[in-house]
Amino acid sequence: MSMSDEGELAIANMGFVRREQLPPQPPPRRMTGPIGWVRENLLSTPLNIVLTILVALLLAWVIPEIVNFLFIDAVWTGMDRDACREVVQHREIGACWPFVWERLPYFIYGSYPGPERWRVDVFFALLAVAVVWTLWLGAPRRDIGMVYAFVLMPVASFILLHGFEVIGLPVVDTVLWGGVLVTIVVASVGIVASLPLGILLALGRRSHMPAVRLFSTIFIEFVRGVPLVTVLFMASVMLPLFVPDNFEPDKLLRALIGIALFASAYMAEVVRAGLQAIPKGQFEGAMAVGLTYWQRMRLIILPQALKTTIPNIVNNYVALFKDTTLVFIVGIFDLLRTIEVARIDPKWAAPVTSTTGYAVAAIFYLVFCYGMSRYARAVETRLAQSDRR
Amino acid sequence: MNTVASTAPQKRTRLTTPVAVDIINMNKWYGDFHVLRDINLKVMGGERIVICGPSGSGKSTMIRCVNQLEEHQSGRIIVDGVELTNDLKKIDEVRRDVGMVFQHFNLFPHLTVLENCTLAPIWVRKMPKREAEELALRYLKRVKIPEQANKYPGQLSGGQQQRVAIARALCMNPKIMLFDEPTSALDPEMVKEVLDTMVGLADDGMTMLVVTHEMGFARQVANRIVFMDEGQIVESNVPEEFFAHPQHERTKLFLSQILR
Repeated sequence: MSMSDEGELAIANMGFVRREQLPPQPPPRRMTGPIGWVRENLLSTPLNIVLTILVALLLAWVIPEIVNFLFIDAVWTGMDRDACREVVQHREIGACWPFVWERLPYFIYGSYPGPERWRVDVFFALLAVAVVWTLWLGAPRRDIGMVYAFVLMPVASFILLHGFEVIGLPVVDTVLWGGVLVTIVVASVGIVASLPLGILLALGRRSHMPAVRLFSTIFIEFVRGVPLVTVLFMASVMLPLFVPDNFEPDKLLRALIGIALFASAYMAEVVRAGLQAIPKGQFEGAMAVGLTYWQRMRLIILPQALKTTIPNIVNNYVALFKDTTLVFIVGIFDLLRTIEVARIDPKWAAPVTSTTGYAVAAIFYLVFCYGMSRYARAVETRLAQSDRR
Repeated sequence: MNTVASTAPQKRTRLTTPVAVDIINMNKWYGDFHVLRDINLKVMGGERIVICGPSGSGKSTMIRCVNQLEEHQSGRIIVDGVELTNDLKKIDEVRRDVGMVFQHFNLFPHLTVLENCTLAPIWVRKMPKREAEELALRYLKRVKIPEQANKYPGQLSGGQQQRVAIARALCMNPKIMLFDEPTSALDPEMVKEVLDTMVGLADDGMTMLVVTHEMGFARQVANRIVFMDEGQIVESNVPEEFFAHPQHERTKLFLSQILR
């Protein structure tokens, strides 16, 4: 080939003119295909090889245990605790699924009165529509979806869940709410409220107005300096001291406010980090074309800042979702609390009952949190595609 | 080409007063550091002023005061009859009518080229979207990159990005254009396309304040060259005189350094 000729020519003569374009060659075989993938990702360095072996051993140890417990040794049918006791069944016993099956309505609805539970189902359906409509980037008319998700759906859900005598929906006191219903309500309110509040606090903390900056800073630092448990206690015990006697806010509402404020302080710091990552030139470019402060923030700065902080925002959401389990300390029955109550029910008292209950909780939280993080990854990838730099 | 002072202002540069920018005894400090000292500069409508000087001499700071990206602490700045004070309304008013082109383009990376251009007309001028897009395409044609309208700034070369930045500023129909070292961040091969665009603007009679080290450009389009050093205007003259007979020692030294 003339390629090598040209190469030698280049060394031989000081002057060199390339006469033909070199054609691109395929990469070496060891870089492609499954073998290439294994070499690249699992066996690239001695340390990598050691880690690969260790992880493989760990998986070989853990996975069979989990499969055994959840499926192979699991009990699938039964009426009470005897079905799930080794001493009765004379065999290895895994998860006690009949217990979960019997208590499932309690895990989902708490003590929400039986004849009214369809209202909770409708709420879940409304919520699912809102989630898909707003989060699916290719959905039609997402602008209407936003109005639905942030205005119509919350109002409708409140009327539906709490009740409204005028249209024939009996009021269901929030004391009766529980299980997945409460977990989802608390998490959704926290997630929906914390982002706008966090953005406002972050902007406030960077404001040129000293009063606004001072308020935002004190609020953020105070809330961040206090554990969520304390915030919930304060919301639950102290809030009633500040409002008139005849107006005592609902217990669940108090917890919701506490969680929303707590999450927004953390969100504010995440958003502030994003704002600080935006080059000064973007602010100046936006100023120079005559945009006002709020236009600059809404159209130029926040879209970029939020995009860079998506992983952190979702991280906060995941943490918040799991933190909702703390509402039990102010006497609210979220999913984990209902499982706690059910697992000590004498009817199902067996060595595996608690483990089974906690496995259900683990699976529930894993599915939701992993779902959030996968969705965030997909959005990141998509946004990265839309403006390659 | 066109070194004669501009003829009657064209319809685009609809200044309401004959004086485009009037800077009177303006001073600015960064903390204790006196960056701009007693600046006096009067720019008539249709004039092209090139501002040059060593780095750190305050040239950029001075033109950034004209649209208040930097605030001044004493003296007066009057832009087309509007005096810049702490009044944010006045500042917004001036910014609407003064276009600016930056060294690092400062395009909005999350918006397409077309959206970069239509953003301000739509939100600041309240122009209908369709109309704003037609306007933007007209200016993108003018800077010779209409085919890039739907790309993102990151996909363009430096020279193309800077031309988009010029088009973005022009979409606001500015009375005055500020250029802050528009070619300093460009690869050598891209400088010409940007300068050509600026020459075209000058030929149309746009009032321009240009901070640049491109002395060829200064010779070709400037009505006046302002030389700054250590926060002061040291010398100001028409290009022929400025290059042929610099008066101040500092100017002579500067010119001997850059014109070899």
